[in-house]
Amino acid sequence: MKITVQAWRQSSPTSAGEFVSYPVDNVSEDMSFFEMMDKLNNNLIRQGKDPISFDHDCREGICGTCGIMINGRAHGPLKGVTSCQLHMRSFKDGETLVVEPWRANSFPVIRDLVVDRSSFDRVMESGGYVSVNTGGVPDANATPILKNDVDLAFDAAACIGCGACVATCKNSSAMLFVGAKVTQYALLPQGQVERKNRVSNMVAQMDIEGFGNCTNTSACEVECPKEISVENIARLNREFLKASF
Amino acid sequence: MTWIFTFFQSSIGKKILMATTGILLSLFLATHLLGNLMLFGGAEMFNNYVHSLANMKPVVRFAEVILTLLFLAHIISGIRVTLENKRAKSISYKISPGPETTKLHSRSMAISGSIVFIFLVFHLQTFWYSFQNMHSADADFYDVVINSKVGYNNPLIAGFYILALLLLALHLRHGFQSAFQTFGVGDSRYKSLIETVAVFFWLVIPLGFISIPVYFGFIK
Amino acid sequence: MTLNSKIPEGSVSQKWTNHKFGIKLVNPANKRKYDVIVVGTGLAGGAAAATMAELGYNVKAFSYHESPRRAHSIAAQGGINAAKNYPNDGDSIYRLFYDTVKGGDYRARESNVYRLAEVSNHIIDQCVAQGVPFAREYGGLLDNRSFGGAQVSRTFYARGQTGQQLLLGVYSSLVRQMNTGKVEFFPRHDMLDVVKVDGKARGIITRNLVTGEITSHSAHAVILATGGYGNVFYLSTNAMASNVTASWRAHKQGAYFANPCFTQIHPTCIPVSSDQQSKLTLMSESLRNDGRVWVPKKQGDDRNPKDISEDERDYYLERLYPSFGNLVPRDVASRRAKEMCDKGHGVGPTKLAVYLDFEDVMQRNGKDWVSEKYGNLFDMYKQITGENPYETPMKIYPAVHYTMGGLWVDYNLMSTVPGLHILGEANFSDHGANRLGASALMQGLADGYFIIPYTIGDYLARGGLQDINSSHEAFKTAEKNIQTNLEKMMAIKGTKTVDDIHKELGKIMWEYVGMARNKEGLNKALDLIPQLREEFWSNVSIPGGLNEFNPELEKASRLADFLELGELMARDALNREESCGGHFREEYQTSENEAKRNDNDFAYVAAWEFKGANNKPELHKEDLIFDEVGLTTRSYK
Repeated sequence: MKITVQAWRQSSPTSAGEFVSYPVDNVSEDMSFFEMMDKLNNNLIRQGKDPISFDHDCREGICGTCGIMINGRAHGPLKGVTSCQLHMRSFKDGETLVVEPWRANSFPVIRDLVVDRSSFDRVMESGGYVSVNTGGVPDANATPILKNDVDLAFDAAACIGCGACVATCKNSSAMLFVGAKVTQYALLPQGQVERKNRVSNMVAQMDIEGFGNCTNTSACEVECPKEISVENIARLNREFLKASF
Repeated sequence: MTWIFTFFQSSIGKKILMATTGILLSLFLATHLLGNLMLFGGAEMFNNYVHSLANMKPVVRFAEVILTLLFLAHIISGIRVTLENKRAKSISYKISPGPETTKLHSRSMAISGSIVFIFLVFHLQTFWYSFQNMHSADADFYDVVINSKVGYNNPLIAGFYILALLLLALHLRHGFQSAFQTFGVGDSRYKSLIETVAVFFWLVIPLGFISIPVYFGFIK
Repeated sequence: MTLNSKIPEGSVSQKWTNHKFGIKLVNPANKRKYDVIVVGTGLAGGAAAATMAELGYNVKAFSYHESPRRAHSIAAQGGINAAKNYPNDGDSIYRLFYDTVKGGDYRARESNVYRLAEVSNHIIDQCVAQGVPFAREYGGLLDNRSFGGAQVSRTFYARGQTGQQLLLGVYSSLVRQMNTGKVEFFPRHDMLDVVKVDGKARGIITRNLVTGEITSHSAHAVILATGGYGNVFYLSTNAMASNVTASWRAHKQGAYFANPCFTQIHPTCIPVSSDQQSKLTLMSESLRNDGRVWVPKKQGDDRNPKDISEDERDYYLERLYPSFGNLVPRDVASRRAKEMCDKGHGVGPTKLAVYLDFEDVMQRNGKDWVSEKYGNLFDMYKQITGENPYETPMKIYPAVHYTMGGLWVDYNLMSTVPGLHILGEANFSDHGANRLGASALMQGLADGYFIIPYTIGDYLARGGLQDINSSHEAFKTAEKNIQTNLEKMMAIKGTKTVDDIHKELGKIMWEYVGMARNKEGLNKALDLIPQLREEFWSNVSIPGGLNEFNPELEKASRLADFLELGELMARDALNREESCGGHFREEYQTSENEAKRNDNDFAYVAAWEFKGANNKPELHKEDLIFDEVGLTTRSYK
């Protein structure tokens, strides 16, 4: 296959960026999208040019490090798949792929396609935990939990924190990310004691970080590689209301 | 009282305000439609209806004040949310996420809302303002609505109304359900119920309104 | 220096209790006077950082990731073992201990393994209290499943994402401490050196990966929890950034490297499809419960597998191991697959794969049954290969997965450098020559939550630590060395990319220090690796600058260490003239081609001391004494 990559190039957080096109020849269908990018980067290095920086690590779709906007789709065109699990057979020979970094003011660009998602960590710091110290906890089977509740909590806990929800949202809202974490703890007995404070603090921090307001377009649910449902946003709203009144 | 201020300053609080005012405005639309449908009953029926409203002026005035506040809150909050959301993504994509990720009605709330607002100003200026100056006991409101220069018999006016109401339908298509998601009842248990009720608001009511300009502007 | 493993007195079941009573404590009010550096924030490092902060220590945590939630612990699928005996099937701490020592082919330290089994139950309690959504039964209690190498169900799991959920649990306790200010987290920081003052580890040098800034950080003790070194093979199931740099730089500062040749090869991975391949993906071992492994009897037979009739197929595992069949342990299954491919029976375009066939079970139980049990794995396979495993057999091949070797530690998890502690996969201690499934998560959390928080107190309470800060001369010198080294690397401006050289190293390692090793091959590796290292230092090309975000520079700096580690691995494999667990020397096998251990001569930990870049390392031996578990030969016939 022959592919053209039109990539966003930006050398530092403060510099201006631009799109640059690169042809990539001899792309095999079995290559992953990132292997195609590796190939392109090695070509660039051999030509004495700077390779395109992009974040990636496990390449198995679980660490949440990667995240690229490909032709207007967060993590590319497939459903429930991260950028790293995307293979070139999903594209056509001769296709041009416009690759852009996550765009959101709360995710400033570090270089090329790499963004800073530490805003997510700060939201988690504000309440994404159960306050238990190591040791001195009851036996794991002391509190039975309804299987259905655990399953729902798990669906929410499956979030990999990649930021695709924020990236695809026209408002750069982080409600799916926050909703998933709030839901996980709201459904489990362990999360009850801090339930109200947690949701208030996390929403407050989310606002401080400058994420936009949710307008329920549900784009986040469509693009989430772990297919986390917007029901978690409804639950976040409910939890926030309960905590406020 | 600081907590209530804090609440409405938060992103979810702002959304609750949008949703609550939106739902109340939708309910107003339902009553408005009931009145309008009397146009089909002829001039006498419609005029009697408007006169009976005029006879309980204080109540109507009070309702109008409330409605104005609801509109203002909905509009100001809407503008604020839209501006904040634009700020949250100050650089847009070269290829923006399109129909694969969002529905048109969900993406276009600000635009559909704005055009409906322009329509509203025109609508108030023509009908509501004219009605205010008609004090005599035999005032013919029906005639204003149907036969005047700005009435439905003018196909341009009728067309404009139809267009605006289609946009209102689009606005409500997203807005009504979205409000319940914002209230936190969007989960699967209630989803089908809300969807059914929503059809009444985004489809039946706008169609009811549209039937009037269609009938008086084109069919009759 | 002789190795003192500091194993406490007493019977194996009393050692940890006695030791905890015997060690010195730091008064609660004094803990805030101590600073501890933790490098790596996966399961082991994150748990250690959070727990020590809870105790009152000032913790500085470092990661080359942007967030602690990205650590590769997240990729573990199967589960975590514990001796809870909830299923009432006869499990106990002693049995978990016994299985782990045996599974490790008798090359682990008994006392450490017993302690691991002992604290395993607390781990589950802790995780549940944090809100980790482990799988449950309808009655609301925790569910268990069985896993390789054990005859009881002791594995707790959270769907196929146990590692993720445990890491997010660790992350939650860590962000809580970040919020209180007791943990200061340094994201995107690469540790490039350990700094010693008075012979004790007192800090580290880091490079800020965003700005390129080189900085010193001082503390009273240093903890490394920086994972394994499987990426020395270039292709492995490790994450792209997993590296040996922190461990290797510590090694160069005097920490002994133990059993570097012990690597685990996982049998069920998706085969390499092209030379552009960047990483390998593991498919859960559970597939072997129902899939049948086979190759064509005829060499080079490249017909469609559907056209190869039953009597033209060789179900070699079933033929060789009638009683265990397709369920032989990881090392055996891996070795046999390689052997079949070496003999020319391999399938697929590269001829480096064997079939894993589900046709029988689909005919027996139906497609739906298979889909319910393995649906997500089948989907993953299809996603990666583009082939539908419901219609054509899967192709699998072994891949490097885990490294049992690592920096040598004593019972307190302290290396041979005083004050430098090593946790998790980065140390060597608990898995011997082969790790059992679902034990890596257990070890990481045991080290981080329940062991280091106690033993580090003992070290700190003993005092004798000078009052210094990062402006100490030792830091300045170390910073300068790092800077010079990086500048030297950048200045080469050769013709090969970092990936080119890393791939070559991977080929050498896989060919000669891989699944099956022999003297001749290992000597060849000892020849080739220094040559390749030479080539790296004269011909690598690193674009960009030093003082900016430069992923190629990160990779180059890591590769430089792999190029030294590879040689040590070959040397260790050459020294160990026996076959055990993941280490198979072709010269040492039974008449039935099974691993032949030599307990008389090699029941020891080989701990290597760095003696300078161009000198041979010195071997130190820690004899392994088995008081509890009798040494037997594994048989799966």
